[in-house]
Amino acid sequence: MSTARANRLTPYLFLAPAGIVLLVALFYPICYMIYASFLDWNPSQRIGEADFVGIRNYTKLFSDDAFRESMWVTLKFAAIVVTLEMVIGVGLAMLLDRNIRGMSLLRTLFILPMMIAPIVVGLMWRYMYHPTVGIFNQTLESWGFAPIPWLSDGGWAFTSVIIADVWQWTPFIFILSLAALQSLPSSAIEASKIDGATGWQQIIYIKLPLMLPVLIVTLLLRLIDSFKVLEVILVMTNGGPGLSTEILSIRINRTASEFRELGEAAAMSNLLLIVLLILTFAMFIYNKAQEIRAERMRAAEEEA
Amino acid sequence: MPEIRLQHLRKDYGALTVIEDLNLEMADGEFTVLVGPSGCGKSTTLRMIAGLESVTDGQIMIGDRDVSQLEPKERDLAMVFQDYALYPHMNVAKNMSFALRLARMNKSDIEKRVKEVAETLDLTAYLDRKPAELSGGQRQRVAMGRALVRDAGTFLFDEPLSNLDAKLRGQMRAELALMSQRIKKNMIYVTHDQVEAMTLGDKIVVMKFGEIMQAGTPEELYRNPANKFVAGFIGSPTMNFLDAELSEENGVLQARGAGFAIPLAEDRKARLQAHKDRKITLGIRPSSFAEGSGGISMPVILSEYIGAQSVLISELGGQQVAIEVNTVAPIRAGESREFTVQGDEVHLFDPQSEAAL
Repeated sequence: MSTARANRLTPYLFLAPAGIVLLVALFYPICYMIYASFLDWNPSQRIGEADFVGIRNYTKLFSDDAFRESMWVTLKFAAIVVTLEMVIGVGLAMLLDRNIRGMSLLRTLFILPMMIAPIVVGLMWRYMYHPTVGIFNQTLESWGFAPIPWLSDGGWAFTSVIIADVWQWTPFIFILSLAALQSLPSSAIEASKIDGATGWQQIIYIKLPLMLPVLIVTLLLRLIDSFKVLEVILVMTNGGPGLSTEILSIRINRTASEFRELGEAAAMSNLLLIVLLILTFAMFIYNKAQEIRAERMRAAEEEA
Repeated sequence: MPEIRLQHLRKDYGALTVIEDLNLEMADGEFTVLVGPSGCGKSTTLRMIAGLESVTDGQIMIGDRDVSQLEPKERDLAMVFQDYALYPHMNVAKNMSFALRLARMNKSDIEKRVKEVAETLDLTAYLDRKPAELSGGQRQRVAMGRALVRDAGTFLFDEPLSNLDAKLRGQMRAELALMSQRIKKNMIYVTHDQVEAMTLGDKIVVMKFGEIMQAGTPEELYRNPANKFVAGFIGSPTMNFLDAELSEENGVLQARGAGFAIPLAEDRKARLQAHKDRKITLGIRPSSFAEGSGGISMPVILSEYIGAQSVLISELGGQQVAIEVNTVAPIRAGESREFTVQGDEVHLFDPQSEAAL
């Protein structure tokens, strides 16, 4: 082998271990899952013993009301939490983007929820929502109000899990927005002050449009995450009462462990994967478009 | 357009006092240039006038209105920033019309105004472009345009040319001078470049450590600098400073140093009497030397040929001296030449206080 050829191959050699790990840890399970989704497979069987049923698992899913309900709950949950988190996160960033004493401590406090393990968050909120000893109902009672069935009523349970998720993940949007805000060109904001913009007008016409690229990526990241949420809801409600908080990942978990339908669970996982892939591609395409735009502008600038 | 007065202006950043007690008056329609080295407080002063920096104490009067506690938008001013501060997500037309749109001016008036200003600034072809698609000079003009469409009472400029290359800077300087003649508004311009200050200003304010060293017309500052700092700051090449002593010989007062004795004009004698036989700092502009026989003989150590002029670096009594002479052909280093200095063209400073004598 010539030296030049060896040199050309060197990078691939170094990449090979990572490639192998990816293949084994990612590609293999995905293929396995895709294959499994075409089987009528029960956990007591080995995969080889399962019957091949073609796309029956998929067709069954679409006529399954429980699955449709679960899909709807997931979409509703994702839409609501991401909207709330974006509004509150960006709003907080706008409020805290200033230099007053103790601000750095305050900022650190704000991002603490994000650092707590989801299981712990779930447990914490479950205790706080507890119908008799939970802090919410105790407080309500001490003020003379009727207690609220936080986790035992379908409507309230959905609200409760949304509150918990917003509490945990708003900081994520907050820190990214704050970073975006602080990297905005300060002179453009000063120029807008001189041009007569009020605080709100500065936010609407200058700050938000300039933060938009970061906000879009943040939004997509959160959206992807919110489709995958599991632990907090699992611990808090386990999908109940009824199907009111049964998001897709809980449904998948139950289908596999409770209903012992591994093939169906795999089909659901694949559908979820497709949704996530679409979102990921959307983000990828957006980033690419941004890069191309920046490239074009640079080219135009050099030409000018 | 009202006059602007800064009265006992003070600016502290925590325990650090940047400006202690600044007093300045700017006449109606005057082009005032604040000039000084980095950290002299010129930009801070401008930003306080703009309302971007809070005032610790004192007043900023525009006409008979104290604006020092008002929001920037209530001060009726437009500003051009050093980095242009264009809105990156808006095209040129939108950038220029932003203030007018905020003021809810009607659409056709806005369009008309933007078009007019764009024409005077040669920007018509670029109205649809985003700032990133413009060259530095074009961005600079958009920044000017954004200020001009406002028709504000006062225009503020914070080192607007310092990000441009030398050639473009010269060009924009001329355009700015023309613009200021045409629109005759209050203009306050901050720069560290004394050439910009000299060419643009009706009035120059030289600042150092948050204090005004001298304020006056470019000519006043050049001819009668109040102190050594102003003398060294204004004029290019920089004034030469030599250690000397004031002595009287045959009834004529002389600035005498190592290797030279320059007789001073008779009319200065009375004023300088008190400093006789004392040490002084002698200031001679490089252009005040004239080649001529019977003068001081000085070696040419280095010759910078610029064309019609040459700047010679020479030595006098162990101190380096720059000399500006008209040249036909380049002067070679290593030669020795004789130069005379007119007694009424030298400046004298107190070595301690550095004040002009």
